[in-house]
Amino acid sequence: MKGPLVRRVSTITAAGITTAALAFTLTACGESSTESGGGSSSKGVGLAFDVGGRDDHSFNESAARGLDKAEKELGVKGKMMTAKNGETEAEREQRLSSLADAGYNPVIGVGFNYAKSIEKVAKDFPKTNFAIVDSVVQGPNVDSITFGEHEGSYLAGVAAALKSKTNKVGFIGGVDNELIKKFQAGFEQGAKATNPKIEVTSEYLGSSDKGFNDPAAAKDKAKGMLDRDIDVIYTAAGLSGNGSIEAVSGKKDAWAIGVDSDQYQQPGLAKYKDHILTSVVKNVDVAVFDMIKSVKDGKPLTGTHPYLLKDGGVSLATSGGFIDDIKAKIEEAKKSIVDGKVQVKTTP
Amino acid sequence: MKKFDKNKVILGFAAPVLAIVAALVLTSIIIAATGKDPFHAFEVMVDYGSKSDSQVWIINKATPYYLSALAVAIGFRMNLFNIGVDGQYRIAAFFAAVVGGALTLPGIIQIPIIIIVAMLVGALWAGIAGLLKTTRGVSEVISTIMLNAIGASVIAYFLKDGRLAEKEGNLVHTPYLPDAAHFFEIPTTPKPIYGFVVVAALAGIAYWFVLGRTRFGFDLRTVGQSESAAHASGVSVKRMVITAMLLSGAMAGLVGMPTLLGVSYNYGTDFPTGIGFTGIAIALLGRNHPIGMVAGALLWGFLDRTSTQLEFEGYAQEVVGVMQGVIVLCVVIAYEIVRRYGLKMQQRKVGEELAAQARKSDKAEVSA
Repeated sequence: MKGPLVRRVSTITAAGITTAALAFTLTACGESSTESGGGSSSKGVGLAFDVGGRDDHSFNESAARGLDKAEKELGVKGKMMTAKNGETEAEREQRLSSLADAGYNPVIGVGFNYAKSIEKVAKDFPKTNFAIVDSVVQGPNVDSITFGEHEGSYLAGVAAALKSKTNKVGFIGGVDNELIKKFQAGFEQGAKATNPKIEVTSEYLGSSDKGFNDPAAAKDKAKGMLDRDIDVIYTAAGLSGNGSIEAVSGKKDAWAIGVDSDQYQQPGLAKYKDHILTSVVKNVDVAVFDMIKSVKDGKPLTGTHPYLLKDGGVSLATSGGFIDDIKAKIEEAKKSIVDGKVQVKTTP
Repeated sequence: MKKFDKNKVILGFAAPVLAIVAALVLTSIIIAATGKDPFHAFEVMVDYGSKSDSQVWIINKATPYYLSALAVAIGFRMNLFNIGVDGQYRIAAFFAAVVGGALTLPGIIQIPIIIIVAMLVGALWAGIAGLLKTTRGVSEVISTIMLNAIGASVIAYFLKDGRLAEKEGNLVHTPYLPDAAHFFEIPTTPKPIYGFVVVAALAGIAYWFVLGRTRFGFDLRTVGQSESAAHASGVSVKRMVITAMLLSGAMAGLVGMPTLLGVSYNYGTDFPTGIGFTGIAIALLGRNHPIGMVAGALLWGFLDRTSTQLEFEGYAQEVVGVMQGVIVLCVVIAYEIVRRYGLKMQQRKVGEELAAQARKSDKAEVSA
């Protein structure tokens, strides 16, 4: 349909564009965005979040609180950046490199998704200190922070079993992966150990990271569980947990168990707080603060640092006072884990 | 006749220029509405996006985008809307990774095997939709999007420790490919460009040649424009539908290869998803043209690259997502406006010429 001239012109244009693009590529030896180096002169703390962002009322927010505390007590500054749904390795590496390159130190990757990218970027910036939450990464300038999620979840299982009237409790995991299975394993073991007759239903939102950022899906799952007479639901799913808590609050006498942060205290969840029995608090803030302080003091942490029940790395929140009546039994369970009498499984 | 062509050239340039201007104006308004300075944002993007490491990053990012756009475009050219590229490339990459991880052959044999497995699996997965369409009349839009979900579930089932995958910390992935199966890299500084960009370029040439220069391509485009006309000229529409879906799926099978053979060397829970949908946007943006889609893929890579930097500078992270959507809309609308305007001009031109002819014959009659 096009005239001969048009075709020739578009071919010429095409050729031009290709040449220009090629020339661009070949001159790729120009200035690099990371040439300035980074390292010693610290601008503060770089915090790279997983999906959901700082206001997920849960995991990321806990990490953010650690930085807030450091800003107040140590006078350091910080920058926070957030992952998008469906990210690739390239984006995560870029985010960490940007932070390290701009002079932020330490750079902390919040969430196990950053494991591979931290390993790479830590090599590119040997003078910067890195930390990874929820994963173990080797490297002379990397601190690996892990938690005893299974131990905290065991206590949640004890509380759920004691509070359930129907003898049916549920677990909703955000993403079907090894980390979330630790939560499931602990919860199931704790519930069964307290009440052998209890029925535990465990379900997952999916197998991609979207499961941590999909409150609507969690709401549906929770509704389905409530319809089956399950009256205590423990959700370990980052931001998605909000949806599950909302669903639970719609039913009388049903309880939700929160995760990572003390969700009873979250202003964003205030409407539903009368249904938040307790939360398995993962003190990411403590770990993040420790890391920032160590860098500030010139003695940066490296290696693996597990924050277990005995170290106060995980705990069961008591705000709201809903578990005050069963406090003794929870303390007893806690003591037997700390003393090593009960070994909590990490896989269901 | 000459003058007419000049108009067409102007029209040809009008559409992209109109689209770019409209997209810039709209995104400026949106950024300004968030209370930030849009011009500084563009400055940051151009400055950061043109750095040498950004260029490499953009090319690496654009390679799978381009392959995905090609896969979508094959369908588009014959009016098939293959939304399933996303599922096709993932299931293809998964099984290619499983096969690749189980073999230890010399690279020169193993790499082609991995690529062929990926293309076959992708073609098979898309072929299901083609078969359903020709035998049962199921719309490929519905079947491919459902196959995406089924594909994801199949992968989730096999991607478990003890089934076809292994555990590494909190990540689960298929066994690593042996070192011999790593694709070559083009050594640029500071980071290399993945060698798969060469395969993508070859795929683009093949797309241009097969669809534009062969009998088969002609048949395929004919079916796209009019099934009845194609049928009347002896083309088996059903066979073309299946063949096009198979080709589209085979192309989709290549989408995961730059990542598998050049970055991750395994298929794990962190394997990138969603490239199939990006491919639809890029095929629209590039108007199914092999070079146009290169531009679209690079533009997308550029926007991805600069979005993190914008967040760094305090802009909302979502700005770039909005920008991408606005650009696609602007391109589609601008081309439609220009097409209609061109049609109108052509009609007016023909009308004038006819009127002039009529006047001439009038005069001739009078003088006679």
